[in-house]
Amino acid sequence: MAMLDTAVTATETLTVEKQSRRRRGVRVHFTQFKWLYLLLVPGIVYFLLFRYWPMYGAIIAFKDYVPFLGIADSPWVGFAHFEDFFASPDFPRLLGNTIILALLSLLIAFPLTIIVALLLNEMRLTILKRTTQTLIYVPHFLSWTVVASLTYLLFALDIGPLLQLINGILGTDINFLADPAWFRPIIVLQDIWKNTGWGTIIFLAALAGVDQAQYEAAIIDGAGRFQRVWHITIPSIMPTIIVMLVLQMGQILNTGFEQIYLMTNSLNRSVADVFDTYVYFMGITQGSYSYSTAVGLFKAVVGVVLIFGANWVAKRFNQVGIF
Amino acid sequence: MAREKYRFNTPAGRVFDVFNVVLLTGIGIVALVPFVYVLAGSFATEAELATRSFFLWPETFSLDAYEAIFTSPAFVRALITTIVVTAVGTAVQLALTATMAYPLSKANLPGGRLILSLIVFTMVFGGGMIPTFLVVKDLGLLNNYWALILPMAINPFSLIIIKNFFQQLPAELEESAKIDGANELQTLWNIVLPLSKPVLATFALFYAVGIWNDFMSPLLYLNDNSMWTLQMFLRQVTVATDLSVVEQDPTQLPPAQGIKFAVIIVATLPIVLFYPFLQKHFAKGMLIGSVKG
Repeated sequence: MAMLDTAVTATETLTVEKQSRRRRGVRVHFTQFKWLYLLLVPGIVYFLLFRYWPMYGAIIAFKDYVPFLGIADSPWVGFAHFEDFFASPDFPRLLGNTIILALLSLLIAFPLTIIVALLLNEMRLTILKRTTQTLIYVPHFLSWTVVASLTYLLFALDIGPLLQLINGILGTDINFLADPAWFRPIIVLQDIWKNTGWGTIIFLAALAGVDQAQYEAAIIDGAGRFQRVWHITIPSIMPTIIVMLVLQMGQILNTGFEQIYLMTNSLNRSVADVFDTYVYFMGITQGSYSYSTAVGLFKAVVGVVLIFGANWVAKRFNQVGIF
Repeated sequence: MAREKYRFNTPAGRVFDVFNVVLLTGIGIVALVPFVYVLAGSFATEAELATRSFFLWPETFSLDAYEAIFTSPAFVRALITTIVVTAVGTAVQLALTATMAYPLSKANLPGGRLILSLIVFTMVFGGGMIPTFLVVKDLGLLNNYWALILPMAINPFSLIIIKNFFQQLPAELEESAKIDGANELQTLWNIVLPLSKPVLATFALFYAVGIWNDFMSPLLYLNDNSMWTLQMFLRQVTVATDLSVVEQDPTQLPPAQGIKFAVIIVATLPIVLFYPFLQKHFAKGMLIGSVKG
């Protein structure tokens, strides 16, 4: 019916008679799809209210938002908030902290996920493989408050077993939760504990799809275990690795609000502040709505550029991308 | 066949096998040990927690910590709040996502593709924390439990996966329902939803875990301690070590350390109980998502 209508409209010349027929066509169209359109209404309202209205609201980054004037009537200030932010000493610190955390995750957590997936794939004892998989997926489903709580208990000054163990080994007393030098290692460790297992799922699926005949041919040619992994397994899962890398690159500025917020305290602030927590502290707790929106907008725009850029690079070199 | 794969195994390969067993067992243990420690700690006496630094089995079993939290009105209130918000929120999310996914799964719906691209756009770009906060504030939802549910009512990613699932259902079933005179609403309710039960159940579990674990929304939108959810309560007790929120009888000394362990267990338990149901499906769900995403 719909196709028929389009065909008709396409060949139609605009005579009065035919225009009225088209109008009737639109009506038929609408009655045909009325239930479907009705079903769409709540969803569309949701997207307008909670996804597109905030995008409109983001223009307060270019205004001096005064709550009682509202978004539309608050005075424009142009790029003043952005200029303030880029000129402030907070900017290089936030950028540095965010990028260092992202790089640590990219250089440690990401390869680790692939290594664990490869180890699981090479495991011949099915029971051990299954058990390990089951155990390492679980932490992904725990909240960051639980992960932070576990960390605080394990490193607590009074009873923390890990604190006592490590201080015993090092011979000096280190208060890991308050020492800025230990903030990043702890964040990376939490990230690894919570997400490595979950991350392996995608690589294990890719590994399961590798052509077995290639291994047989390699065995006949005398290739050892390591050679098979290096020359067959890794190249076979390369497209998956690249796609995941692209996704990671797009996420560089997203350090994860909850994790960082929960691990931040007055003593480690200098290394802990990242864009997301800064937006929270400046916006929600200090009420600088416009300024913190500018910071958030800067972050969002850089994020979009990063994800499209990484995708473009991936496509150029490997013909795979996500878009 | 499978055996043949390893027939040409070298001694180095066998050494690797042993190494791999040790390593993976180690990784599994590292994932598990923190839970066991907290579980053991939650059943231990204060005296034991103070003297033994690490144990996976308490010397004497004690329910003091659980007694302390379950007689605390503030904790019980947070627990009930979290259960109710999770249940209502999951139902709302599922209903909104399924009703929106169904029309979008119809390839011939005029305007469907446009709406879909507008949804995908929200996956790449968003207004940000403060503008979203202002919307919630303008809607009068501050200090209202709906603020924990409505702003996240539809996850675009899940929406697209469910839409794709609806799309691959056999069209003949829906056509036969239409011939029998059913309209789209009846088709959705009587044919499509029953066929999609496993997928919907999976997403219900994911949604439930998401709301249960959510810390950011209550932090942003609830100012009133008496409205706290379990995650907020947990943070106050463990991270801020503020045990006053437990509101103990001042004449009795609460088991200060034990409480932290017990609250972690209560916040974790439902997830661990749901986990076996989740695990069956999540690999598949994640793959559909990543391939089509």
